[in-house]
Amino acid sequence: MKTLEFLIQRLAKAVMVVIGVVILNFLLIQLAPGDPAAVLAGEAGAGDEQFIAQLRAQFGLDQPLYVQLLSYLKNVIAGDLGFSYRNHVPVADLILERLPATLLLTGSAFVFSLVLGITLGVIAARRRGSIGDSVIMTGALVFYATPLFWVALMAVLVFSIHLDWLPPFDMETVGAGYTGWARVLDIAHHLILPAVTLGLFFTAVYTRLTRASMLEVMNLDFVKTARAKGVPRGRIIRRHVLRNAVLPVFTFASVQAGQLVGGAVLTETVFAWPGIGRLMFDALLQRDYPVLLGVFLVTATVVVAINLVTDLLYRIVDPRIEATG
Amino acid sequence: MSFFRRYAQNVGALVGLAILVVVIIVAAAAPILYPVSPWQGIGDPLLGPFEDSAFPLGTDMLGRDIAAGLAYGARVSLLIGVISTAVAVLIGVSLGAVAGYYGGRVDDLLMRFTEFFQTIPAFAMAVVLVAIFSPTITSITLAIAVVSWPPVARLVRGEFLSLRSREFVQAAIVIGQTGPRIMLTQILPNAISPIIVTASLMVATAILTESSLSFLGLGDRNMMSWGFMIGAARTMLREAWWLSVFPGVAILVTVLAINLIGEGLNDAMNPHLRGRKG
Amino acid sequence: MMNSAAPLLEVASLSIPLPPGLDREYAVENVTYTLNSGEILCVVGESGSGKSMTANAIMGLLPSYLKPSGGRILFRGRDLLTMSETELAHERGRSVAMIFQEPLSALNPLMKVGDQIAEVLLVHGERDSARREARVLDLLAYVGLPDPSNLRYAYPFRLSGGQRQRVMIAMALALEPAMLIADEPTTALDVTTQAQILELIRSIQRAKGMGVLFITHDFGVVADIADKVVVMEQGVVVEQGRAGDVLNRPQHPYTRRLIAAVPHRDGQNERASTIGEPLLEVRNLSKVYRSGGGLFSKPRVVRAVDNVSFTLRRGETLGVVGESGSGKSTLGRCLLKLTDVEGGEIRFRGQDLVPLTPAAFRPMRRHLQMVFQDPFASLNPRQTIGRILTDGPVANGVPLVDAERKARDLLGLVGLEPSAYDRYPHEFSGGQRQRVGIARALALDPELLIADESVSALDVSVQAQVLELLQELQRKLDIAIIFITHDLRVAAQVCDRIAVMYRGAIVECGPPSQVFDAPRHDYTRRLIAAIPGLHWDPRAAVA
Repeated sequence: MKTLEFLIQRLAKAVMVVIGVVILNFLLIQLAPGDPAAVLAGEAGAGDEQFIAQLRAQFGLDQPLYVQLLSYLKNVIAGDLGFSYRNHVPVADLILERLPATLLLTGSAFVFSLVLGITLGVIAARRRGSIGDSVIMTGALVFYATPLFWVALMAVLVFSIHLDWLPPFDMETVGAGYTGWARVLDIAHHLILPAVTLGLFFTAVYTRLTRASMLEVMNLDFVKTARAKGVPRGRIIRRHVLRNAVLPVFTFASVQAGQLVGGAVLTETVFAWPGIGRLMFDALLQRDYPVLLGVFLVTATVVVAINLVTDLLYRIVDPRIEATG
Repeated sequence: MSFFRRYAQNVGALVGLAILVVVIIVAAAAPILYPVSPWQGIGDPLLGPFEDSAFPLGTDMLGRDIAAGLAYGARVSLLIGVISTAVAVLIGVSLGAVAGYYGGRVDDLLMRFTEFFQTIPAFAMAVVLVAIFSPTITSITLAIAVVSWPPVARLVRGEFLSLRSREFVQAAIVIGQTGPRIMLTQILPNAISPIIVTASLMVATAILTESSLSFLGLGDRNMMSWGFMIGAARTMLREAWWLSVFPGVAILVTVLAINLIGEGLNDAMNPHLRGRKG
Repeated sequence: MMNSAAPLLEVASLSIPLPPGLDREYAVENVTYTLNSGEILCVVGESGSGKSMTANAIMGLLPSYLKPSGGRILFRGRDLLTMSETELAHERGRSVAMIFQEPLSALNPLMKVGDQIAEVLLVHGERDSARREARVLDLLAYVGLPDPSNLRYAYPFRLSGGQRQRVMIAMALALEPAMLIADEPTTALDVTTQAQILELIRSIQRAKGMGVLFITHDFGVVADIADKVVVMEQGVVVEQGRAGDVLNRPQHPYTRRLIAAVPHRDGQNERASTIGEPLLEVRNLSKVYRSGGGLFSKPRVVRAVDNVSFTLRRGETLGVVGESGSGKSTLGRCLLKLTDVEGGEIRFRGQDLVPLTPAAFRPMRRHLQMVFQDPFASLNPRQTIGRILTDGPVANGVPLVDAERKARDLLGLVGLEPSAYDRYPHEFSGGQRQRVGIARALALDPELLIADESVSALDVSVQAQVLELLQELQRKLDIAIIFITHDLRVAAQVCDRIAVMYRGAIVECGPPSQVFDAPRHDYTRRLIAAIPGLHWDPRAAVA
């Protein structure tokens, strides 16, 4: 009953955000320097007067703004994200084709960074002040300061060019024609470098966060109670500290989902990963604005969906939410 | 113990400060050190590091001096980092203060707005903004500011919300001070340390974002930047590693230094939060 | 008892040094006392006396920067200080248990209370889960919690303060330890709840023959439950003995001072004649809090102030007494328009304040001032005392020079040094800060002063001084005071009339003698019965 209400509320909020992004996109087209029709056409036909005029009529660009906005909204809701005049394909088709690759990459990077980050953070907090703690925290500090794309390039330099262990480009071996498990393995092999380099920055973030959170929880009164009960140290960490400390890390990770998807633009560019990030980069080069805006909308939608799911999960994990939420 | 003494006790923070001072000096002295434009090819192309003593860090495919590029790139990074952060902090503090102090509907509305901007992927939005408004130093700075103010607004709102219910603020209402005066003289001075710490860390993030944008080719075409150098050298990775290694190290070291300073400020301003030794 | 000759616990010459650079060398120095089975030993002292430190040392729960430098803690003849962490963990929970001041933070928020109790059994070797569950149900019932079979699945945030403390006690009793350490276990609770918890601890102690080490700051509590008393000041034991002796024939000057400062009924009020015409008339005042409420659910409605009416005359002190959630603080906030009001009238000098806009009310604010509860939170840490005292007059149009002169005069009036003017709040003690808070209110020459729990956060001796100051100022300046407090004893001491609040409404109002000796409302009777140390007269002890 209460959960249903919560679900509806959260869903409404998510829809509002997505609509907000659509409106934002529309405003950007309007606010862009020059003719909105030229923006929509991209580089493809900027010089062609007749083509621009045709576009203007097609999009009703001579009508009042709110009418344009409504029809734009209507189109997007119907799944029409515009047309890439550059590629002569509907934007939605382009994006849908590329989306799975991005979800695979960001999903793997997310799991990798969360698991590694929390593990390292817990180790560092338990061995506070030790050499292990210093090594972990220095590493986290360095990766927190390193540009994603540069880590990716350096990884290619070392692991692909010099050591020749891992493939530097693409999602699978071109022309190999693998099927079944062989293909899965091949993709996994290609996935390692992009996922790890994308995940390292976030690993650093989660490590620092977990350690800080663990240390904070260790100072709370109920940990003292547990000691007064005679609970051994290992069990205190596992049963009392860990769960309380990791919850805020999850919340933060969910808020950060947007950053992860944004980072995928860079990683996919470096590794020629056939996802929407790479698509965005190509659209940039080609001034293909409908694709650019479409990718932006879809990434925002993905992030909203992730946040929605984590909110629901959080509600299950933390008993206090129901009372205060 | 005074703030400066506490800061000076933190080795990492001092190292960070030293590095940042060096970067600032290099950036300021770039036109003196390298009078020729960094875009100008002045040596043989693709000289490796230390091959020619005139170009200790080597040259790129057009014979441009990498060291000069780094010096001029420092200007862009610091400039955009500082100004975009200043703009973001201004937006964030204003919105956060009003939302936190007045609460109720105003708060609801402003926080929905903030949440919206925080949900949408920041980097993707920066890319779209810069691409549509064409890459200039102004559009880049503003785009970074637009995507980075929400955390400040949330932080400031939280601070104002909690300080607002503190008794000294209630006392200020009771003695008849006006809202704006209370915000400025009673609450803001007590919320300033976390704002400063956050701002310093934001400069670092802004530099990373700027380098990422220019790596994608969304840099100002009139100004040499570290991200652009790496982006341009990407295809030459196999042949000329130094083209991408040195600018990357420059970014890493600068951002690291600023993060160290931020942590030092945090420890020095919140001594009670700092863990005890041993 | 098998071994009644040897004490259960013997603390001998225990010293714990503080880290260098603090105002004193030892947290506790040369502390010696003994506790026998079947006995309640109260360690009493003000904040900073080191009373909790010894308890933490017994449990091996001292923070890592504090290490005992000398002495022994013998528990059944074995020195706890020389035990390894593993040996200590074996004893904790099994033979020595502890309960704390703040039961909410002492319980793990993400663990069901039943599981938290069962954990004690588990870590001390009870492998059979069915037996653990049965024992948990027994314990919950034993400490008087309702519906144990459901309550064990509840999370701590679902329970009330008193219920949480009962859960803590159940946890402590799980293995029937020989000794229980209770560190201010009732300080965070309301008086009526406190009385119940004290009763519970006492009855358990008698039934099980436990030794209880009870740490408190409240002599009333000591009078209720102690067999023996240890009085601590600044880390040193200044007096100890049988409860009756220490309470009624205190020897050490510090003990005498503490006991003299315990709030008490003054008997009668001679000032009734000085009270003047009505200043504040409150009629049918109501304030409702709404919380939650969404698309489908009705918001939760709490009537924080429910149809409250009273009249306050010039020079009069009205005590508003109630437990947490009674609406007494909300009432104070309504009167100052710090929160909006649902209905009713607040007539101040005949003018209704309720319909005034914030801007229209601001010029009138100087007549109605407030002294706050927390001496640490009520002064802006970034402003000097001078700035704090002049801000109000300046906001009301007084030239800065005049405001400064007035501020310096006020410092003298509230008993502070003139040098305080240029210093910051953190340089002062709690009592001194509260004096600054009073001076800030007086800087505007108010006619009405609302004191919201203004002495609750202070140690008894300081509390007595601040109360005295308030009374003296009232006589000098002829202001009306609304004195909001949870402590009936304090109200009885300083108020001309007392209004008892319960669930938002004033259930009884009258002079202290009437409220105490002939309470009309059932709740008032319960409240009075719950006053700790009701049958002990601190006046007689130090007379």
